[in-house]
Amino acid sequence: MWAFIHKLGSPKWFYAISTRLLPWFWAAAAVLLMVGAAWGLAFAPSDYQQGNSFRIIYVHVPAAILAQSCFVALAVAGGIFLVWKIRLADMAATVIAPFGAAMTFLALFSGAVWGVPTWGTWWVWDARLTSMLIQLFLYLGIIALRGAFASRDSGAKAASVLALVGVVNIPIIKYSVEWWNTLHQPATFTLTERPAMPVEMWLPLLVMVLGFYCFFIALTLTRTRSEILRRESAKRWVRELVEGRTGGDTDGL
Amino acid sequence: MNPKRKQRLYLILGLVALAAIAVGLTLYSLSSNINLFFSPAQIASGEAPVDRQIRAGGMVKAGSVKRDSESLDVSFMVTDYESDLEVRYSGILPDLFREGQGVVVVGELNGNGLLRADQVLAKHDENYMPPEVAEALKGKMPTETIAK
Repeated sequence: MWAFIHKLGSPKWFYAISTRLLPWFWAAAAVLLMVGAAWGLAFAPSDYQQGNSFRIIYVHVPAAILAQSCFVALAVAGGIFLVWKIRLADMAATVIAPFGAAMTFLALFSGAVWGVPTWGTWWVWDARLTSMLIQLFLYLGIIALRGAFASRDSGAKAASVLALVGVVNIPIIKYSVEWWNTLHQPATFTLTERPAMPVEMWLPLLVMVLGFYCFFIALTLTRTRSEILRRESAKRWVRELVEGRTGGDTDGL
Repeated sequence: MNPKRKQRLYLILGLVALAAIAVGLTLYSLSSNINLFFSPAQIASGEAPVDRQIRAGGMVKAGSVKRDSESLDVSFMVTDYESDLEVRYSGILPDLFREGQGVVVVGELNGNGLLRADQVLAKHDENYMPPEVAEALKGKMPTETIAK
């Protein structure tokens, strides 16, 4: 068990295994996103009250789910880096943060676009929207903090601590619609109850969510690989890898 | 796990727990300010300030919407099935505004328990369904359940 984890933490081993996994995740992401987008935007039925503007859900919900998953991933990576000093965890955290920030922005933006026709306003300071905005600022803070130190190690430590503290915001976002009264409606999907939506509406949504996850994994693997090559450029295996490939394809670079 | 790592792990867990407690207490003490709106029952019991902009939320009471035929003036009752609040508004209502629909109104209460709204926002619920399904459900379920 521990031997496996330490092996997983070795950049060289990670580079080798991700070479094999990467094409599968990119292919799955492309297929799922194309199928989900076409299904959700063109074939799924419209809503009885909102009409076609309800289709924004097929971007809004996956983006919001990813925004929160990325933050949890960031906190876990931060914890692993602080406790076990595994550099690979920090490399992953470096590349996850901008993606999470982008997803948070996408969720806020698509929510605002959706809010205009349905609520009659693009922004309201309710608990759900505000806590999501705080999460965007946390992401930006983590990215900025990492760059604010002269030594990479200090920046990584500070960013990890902020990610761990900021993870407190995740349950607040999740339960904000239940703890307080908000303009945002409660969750349509819960683990304990049937979705408040028929299957022909939530199936394309599920496809989109899986597609977003595959895209996230593929992108994180690709960018972590470039990060490994950048940071380990003095190592022998990296030199051999690059020299062996001069003139050839340089995917992941 | 070696003792040094164990110590760091406990330190981090402690840090996260402390942050959670701090944030939790702050939110708990602010909880009444985080609520987006007052319910008609809270307004009836005098919890909402008068002559200051507030938000009130609830359902538009069925059969209470009266529109002026010559202007955009509209008056309706907002209810939480405990108390009712009369709202007067002049302007364009959001598409989702209808009787039985959840709304949040922004405006000032006058002394007589009437709210003069500057803005009406429609609140929608977590239920989505195709129009045919909604049509089929009509009449079989009380309207509150459909357009809750």
